[in-house]
Amino acid sequence: MEAFAHLVATAADDKATAAASSAGFAYGLAAIGPGIGIGYLVGKSVEAMARQPEAAGMVRTTMFLGIAFTEALALIGFVVFILIGL
Amino acid sequence: MNDLHNGQQADAFTTALHGPAPEVKVTKDMVRRGLIVAPLLIVVCGFIWGMHGAYSSAYGIALVLINFALAAALVATTARISLGLMMGAVLFGYLIRLGLILLAVLLVKNSGWISLPALGATIIVSHLGLLVWEMKYVALSLAYPGLKPARP
Repeated sequence: MEAFAHLVATAADDKATAAASSAGFAYGLAAIGPGIGIGYLVGKSVEAMARQPEAAGMVRTTMFLGIAFTEALALIGFVVFILIGL
Repeated sequence: MNDLHNGQQADAFTTALHGPAPEVKVTKDMVRRGLIVAPLLIVVCGFIWGMHGAYSSAYGIALVLINFALAAALVATTARISLGLMMGAVLFGYLIRLGLILLAVLLVKNSGWISLPALGATIIVSHLGLLVWEMKYVALSLAYPGLKPARP
C-alpha cells in the first residue's frame, strides 16, 4: 500500500514537472515570433529614418505602436505560461 | 543601409534624432487613459474574482503601464545617441522587459492576495485595449494632421 502511494505521488510530481516544463517551453516558443517581428520592424524603421530624417517623428510613432502590438503576442504567451505553468 | 538622399550620406549608425520624442507623448497618453479605465477594470475583476481579483488587476495595470513607460524611455534615450543603438536597445529591451514582467509575477505568485487568472486577463486586456485606443488617435492625427482630435 505504501509503495502504491509512493508510486502515485511520483506520478503526480512527474505530471506537475512535465506541465511546468511544457509551459516554459511554450513561453520560450511564444517569445521567438515577436522577437523576429520586432527585429524586422525596428530594422525597417531605422532604415526609413536614416533615409528620410524629416519623417522620423511619424516613423517613430508608428514603430513604437508596432513594437507594442507585437509584444502583445509575447504577453499572451506569458499569460498562458502563468496560468498553466505557475 | 547607406543611401544617398538629397546629396547627403545617411548612416543608421551615426544618425541621431534630436527634438521631441513622440514615444514619450504616446506613452503619456496611454498612461493617462490607463489611469482613467483602471477603476473600471479593477471593479470588473473584483466582481468576477473577488478582492484578490481586484488587487491582482491593479497590479496587472501597474505592470502594463510601467512596461510602456520603460519601452518609451529606452527608445527616447537611445534615439538621441544613434539609430543603431536604438535598434539594439529595442531588441535587448524587449527581452529585459519580458524578464522583468516574469520576475514581477514570480515575486507575488505565492502571495495570499494574487489571482493569476485576473492578473493574466488584466495584462492582455489593458495592453491591447490601451494600444487600440491610442492607435485610433494616432491614425487620425496622421491622416488629418490639421484636425488634431481632442485628447481625453
